[in-house]
Amino acid sequence: MAPAIEVRQAYKRYGDVQALDGVDLSVEPGEFFALLGPNGAGKTTLISVLAGLARADRGEVRVMGYDVRVNYREARRALGVVPQELVFDPFFTVRETLRIQSGYFGLRRNDAWIDEVIERLDLTAKANANMRSLSGGMKRRVLVAQALVHKPPVIILDEPTAGVDVELRQGLWEFVRQLNAAGHTIVLTTHYLEEAETLCGRVAMLKNGRVVALDTTRNVLAGVSGIHLKLKLDPDRLPVELAERSVPGPEGYRVLPIQSHDETPDIMIALRRDGVTVQELELLQPDLEEAFVQIMGRR
Amino acid sequence: MTGFRTLLYKEMLRFWKVSFQTVAAPIITALLYLLVFSHVLEGRVQVYPGVPYTAFLIPGLAMMSLLQNAFANSSSSVIQSKVTGNIIFILLPPLSHAEFYWAYVVAAVVRGLMVGLGVFSVTLVTVAVPVPHPFWALAFAIMGGAILGALGLIAGIWADKFDQLATFQNFIIVPLTFLAGVFYSIHSLPPFWQAVSHLNPFFYMIDGFRFGFFDASDVPPGRSLFVVGVCFAVLSFVALQMIKRGWKLRH
Repeated sequence: MAPAIEVRQAYKRYGDVQALDGVDLSVEPGEFFALLGPNGAGKTTLISVLAGLARADRGEVRVMGYDVRVNYREARRALGVVPQELVFDPFFTVRETLRIQSGYFGLRRNDAWIDEVIERLDLTAKANANMRSLSGGMKRRVLVAQALVHKPPVIILDEPTAGVDVELRQGLWEFVRQLNAAGHTIVLTTHYLEEAETLCGRVAMLKNGRVVALDTTRNVLAGVSGIHLKLKLDPDRLPVELAERSVPGPEGYRVLPIQSHDETPDIMIALRRDGVTVQELELLQPDLEEAFVQIMGRR
Repeated sequence: MTGFRTLLYKEMLRFWKVSFQTVAAPIITALLYLLVFSHVLEGRVQVYPGVPYTAFLIPGLAMMSLLQNAFANSSSSVIQSKVTGNIIFILLPPLSHAEFYWAYVVAAVVRGLMVGLGVFSVTLVTVAVPVPHPFWALAFAIMGGAILGALGLIAGIWADKFDQLATFQNFIIVPLTFLAGVFYSIHSLPPFWQAVSHLNPFFYMIDGFRFGFFDASDVPPGRSLFVVGVCFAVLSFVALQMIKRGWKLRH
């Protein structure tokens, strides 16, 4: 089966800015994938190229095996995009907007699915309201609904939760998770790294138009130094060889950086040898934010 | 076809929802022109023998309104979508280039015909105008609307801002329609300006359209239809190439 998304050596220049500088990327069907990077890293350009809103200067870009230029109609049918900007057509109601969007994809009599999407996104009360009258969060939901009207196998969400209240974020992720469970490939860009961490199986990090990290979320985290052991001790002292390694921590606790989990038993033995009992023990894992900062700093 | 039909429906719904501005307002404007010009010129000017000036003016005004509104429809829709960003709703789906093009052009023709017909019907209260060749009139009305719809699409794609579009409208579309013989027959012009008028494609649209009403024209209607047809073919080719290349639409 063809990858859901395949990008090979994609280059794109806007004036002096090399927005994409040889991007290679492949997302398998059914994945929940995160695209991370600072502002201007090339995330939105990459999405635009995938969606046909922009054209790569060089390189191959495919969605579900369809070249986005040669087979643009098939590629676009396979893709649903939730744009970053809060855009809407002020002439229409929510339901009209969704019916029209559905028709653009060649679908008539799509009302059953439109109703379902409206309900799932909690838009029922606003279905016949004009787009102009909706709040920002509601408009965002309509954008999500618009991206889903044609049940695309691949769904790209470009910072869908930027400026959105917590309730919608939770509801949206729940819905997207279910879509993923139903077999849709999800690609997400977000500034909230914890979202990527909890939702996504794999992540790619972009910087200056290049992929600087591409791996499973777990491996990216593992490649980041920064596991710490947080201990509450009685009496509150460390043996000399450990004291040298300790770093400042919260009051009443001792914090030791470790390379891997395998070190833990040795530390326990050293403490016991010194007559110190461990009252509390906690392993502090690095988060994606830390990985992000480290990787961005390194490359 | 569903994609084309939907985009056409959306384009028509768009102007219909604000029909007070898009249909009623231009009819009122045309009626005002008619009242003022017929008051001043009736009895003083006779363009074709036996045709009162007011009757001569009505088809020209109807056509002028038709052309300007066809242009306004496609151009304002595209520029609004570009400026507000909702053009992506049309760029993301798998609409073909031809579907994109024809939906905008046909919607422009429909609005043009509605305004043109509206002007014609309302002005009938002043003087009855016969229509001996309705098919010629209709052919020129549709072709004129299509040409201006295509021009509007091109201008809308080209323009980045509303004022650029206004420039296009005020400095190209309005002069060409005004100077196409809406208010006069070009035969009354000096030879030089007659020759210049023959270079204005809008002249053929209005002259041919008027033939449908008075059985008289400055140029034989068959030749006018040929000129108009060639113009439309050229503009269609240009617009389709722009859409295909994504010029100023897909970056």
